Amino acid sequence: MKTMIQFVVDYWSYIFKGGRQYYIWLGFLALLLVPWAYGNYMQFTQGMIVTGLTDQVSWGLYLANFVFLVGVAAGAVTIIFPGYVYKFEPLHKVAVLGEMLAIAAVIMCILFVLSHMARPDRLWHMIPIIGIYNFPHSMLTWDTMVLVGYLLLNLVCGFYYLYKKYTGKPLNNKFYLPLIFISIVWALSIHTVTAFLINTMPARPMWHHGMMPIRFISTAFAAGPALIIVIFQIIRSNTALWIEDKALDMLSTIVVACLSIGLFLTMSEVVTELYHPTEHSGGLRYLMFGAHGLNNLVPWFWGSLIAMLSGWFLLLVPRIRKNYKVLPYICVMIFLGIWVEKGMGLLIPGSIPTPIGEFAQYSPTLIEIANCVGNWALGFIILTILLKGAIGVLLGDVKFAK
Amino acid sequence: MSENNIPIVDVSDQPEPAADCVERWEPESGQACGQDASPQSRRDFVKAAAVSTTALMGTAALVTGSDDAEANTTWAEHFQGNYRLMSEEEKAQALDRLEKRYSLEYDKDVTVDGTEAQDNVLFGYALNIQKCTGCRRCVKACVQENNQSRGDEQEIEWIRVLKMEKGEFTQEKLQDGYPGDYGIQVGGNAYSASGVVLEGEHYYQPDKVPEDDSHYMPIACMQCEKPPCVKVCPVRTTYREADGPVVVDYNWCIGCRMCIGACPYWARRFNWGEPNLPKEEMNPKTHYLGNRPRMKGVVEKCTFCIQRTRQGRYPACVEVCPVGARKFGNLLDPESEVRRVLARKRVFRLKAEMNTYPKFFYYVD
Repeated sequence: MKTMIQFVVDYWSYIFKGGRQYYIWLGFLALLLVPWAYGNYMQFTQGMIVTGLTDQVSWGLYLANFVFLVGVAAGAVTIIFPGYVYKFEPLHKVAVLGEMLAIAAVIMCILFVLSHMARPDRLWHMIPIIGIYNFPHSMLTWDTMVLVGYLLLNLVCGFYYLYKKYTGKPLNNKFYLPLIFISIVWALSIHTVTAFLINTMPARPMWHHGMMPIRFISTAFAAGPALIIVIFQIIRSNTALWIEDKALDMLSTIVVACLSIGLFLTMSEVVTELYHPTEHSGGLRYLMFGAHGLNNLVPWFWGSLIAMLSGWFLLLVPRIRKNYKVLPYICVMIFLGIWVEKGMGLLIPGSIPTPIGEFAQYSPTLIEIANCVGNWALGFIILTILLKGAIGVLLGDVKFAK
Repeated sequence: MSENNIPIVDVSDQPEPAADCVERWEPESGQACGQDASPQSRRDFVKAAAVSTTALMGTAALVTGSDDAEANTTWAEHFQGNYRLMSEEEKAQALDRLEKRYSLEYDKDVTVDGTEAQDNVLFGYALNIQKCTGCRRCVKACVQENNQSRGDEQEIEWIRVLKMEKGEFTQEKLQDGYPGDYGIQVGGNAYSASGVVLEGEHYYQPDKVPEDDSHYMPIACMQCEKPPCVKVCPVRTTYREADGPVVVDYNWCIGCRMCIGACPYWARRFNWGEPNLPKEEMNPKTHYLGNRPRMKGVVEKCTFCIQRTRQGRYPACVEVCPVGARKFGNLLDPESEVRRVLARKRVFRLKAEMNTYPKFFYYVD
């Protein structure tokens, strides 16, 4: 027990041992929380009317970011899986960093869900026993369950590993490995259920097809490792922790492979829907070409497609893929492309046209954007702190001293 | 349209429809309007349960450190359970709390009814689209009856009337196409080039209805027997009542809007901000699951005027319709109007392919 308290104290105090750049980064993120606090205050007191949402388009930027971040959380498994299943040592060594990313991403998901809920004061209604948990009927209850489960799994696995490293004692593999393998399958479940959340609604034909879960997972396993590559390269150049080139190569190969599947599925959908467009293709047509002169989303769709396609082409070339100077920029491009594809490109046209055929445009308000940026900033603060401590433990800077 | 014997209605100079129950309708049950006994008996029940009420209020007062009546009722309201799962006693307390709060808030004697569903009753609705003239009196009467938010900032209407254009086939437009430039003309109501709406335009503002080039299709909640909205609700705040209507416990709703996404009929409305309901326009005869005033951040929808229909009265939209296009009744009673419509007219349900089994039927003569 005393050791555990010592672990927390050491971990915590290490977080504050950073250079100037480290503090500038955290300060910048903290600054973004000022408009976020104002936005949240306005939304809580005035209601959702301060957002751009309407009865026609009642799900917007908050849920779009939520869906994307579930993918990022699931994408962390692209470190764990090669590391543990294929015993790929370069990733096995730093697998705990993936768990830290998963923790931060799930927390961001929860922040976005809280922003989306119009009555966060009543969330206790969902807690079993004191409230009602409409399980197994409501897909939202499944989603809550898998997300909370994934958060707990990663908290336990991640911090158990770090704690053992800290004390210098060997891992109890009978306890640890089963949890790791459960968390790998669980990672698939979180994004599958999130796809089920929206594709089980026949009222929204754009989402109502069986391809949704695998498309979600394939793009998530491209966006997740793309972000991890960027993070790894930042870690490599700013800390003493050296992440091997082989680890980056493995991740960039995963990005290419999964992005190929994702793009293929996008093409399948476009051909199926547009060869003979029915009313059910209204959402996709609105997204790609606009309708009746309403075309808010058109530049987003094509921009995202160009980003994903060109990123994919570039990464196909081994010489570019292994050029670690340009790799992070390509990864950022792919990450943003998928963010748009899964967010603005999927969530919003699902509501346009409405079930009665009305085309109503949605544009988020400044408050909505401030809240989204703030949620990301808070998530990145958590991620930075988690990674900082984890790196300290991996380097041996944070170590139990008797 | 005149050959169909549908009266041309001038929207501008018709009197406002009366929201209260007048001698227009004799309720089928023979019970006189607004003279039901249940609120009174419930109040007696409240007195009987006074001990526990006082205890609860006392606790609330202790916690808030205030003995202000409104603050206490609101405080207790925050921690009440799901209405459907409340005991009789808790329900009575909840209704009493609301009556006190609303009466203070709206400066009038507000009743909040909790009448339960009767046995052997399943409410159903039938609408004659051949007769509908698109005057939208039903929309207005619904808003007056059901205390929806009004005003420019947030206007909520449960009924929307879709204007369906008849379309045209002409020699001159053979190469133009309509609405696109594909050289294909579309007859019937299939497309409108006007910009906003694909199937039905519901923002139309003509001087007179019906317009020559259109017919009208009112929509509202279809009160599905298999409602997709109920299935997706994570907290079961929305559910199907035993006599058919799908209702919402406004105090239990967490505002996640899953139900809005799941509804294939776009029948649900959301209180994006604090609803605007002027005191003088507020209808004081309310039902807990029906037209009682809502709060911000909760969903609402048509309940077949549960506050009226459970007292043997017609929904406000049925009462106000100037052409008698709207019929309402008990689907379990073979002699009811709605059953007679089902037996004798050509009937269809909207989006039947969704397998939602609406209890709202459309028909033509």
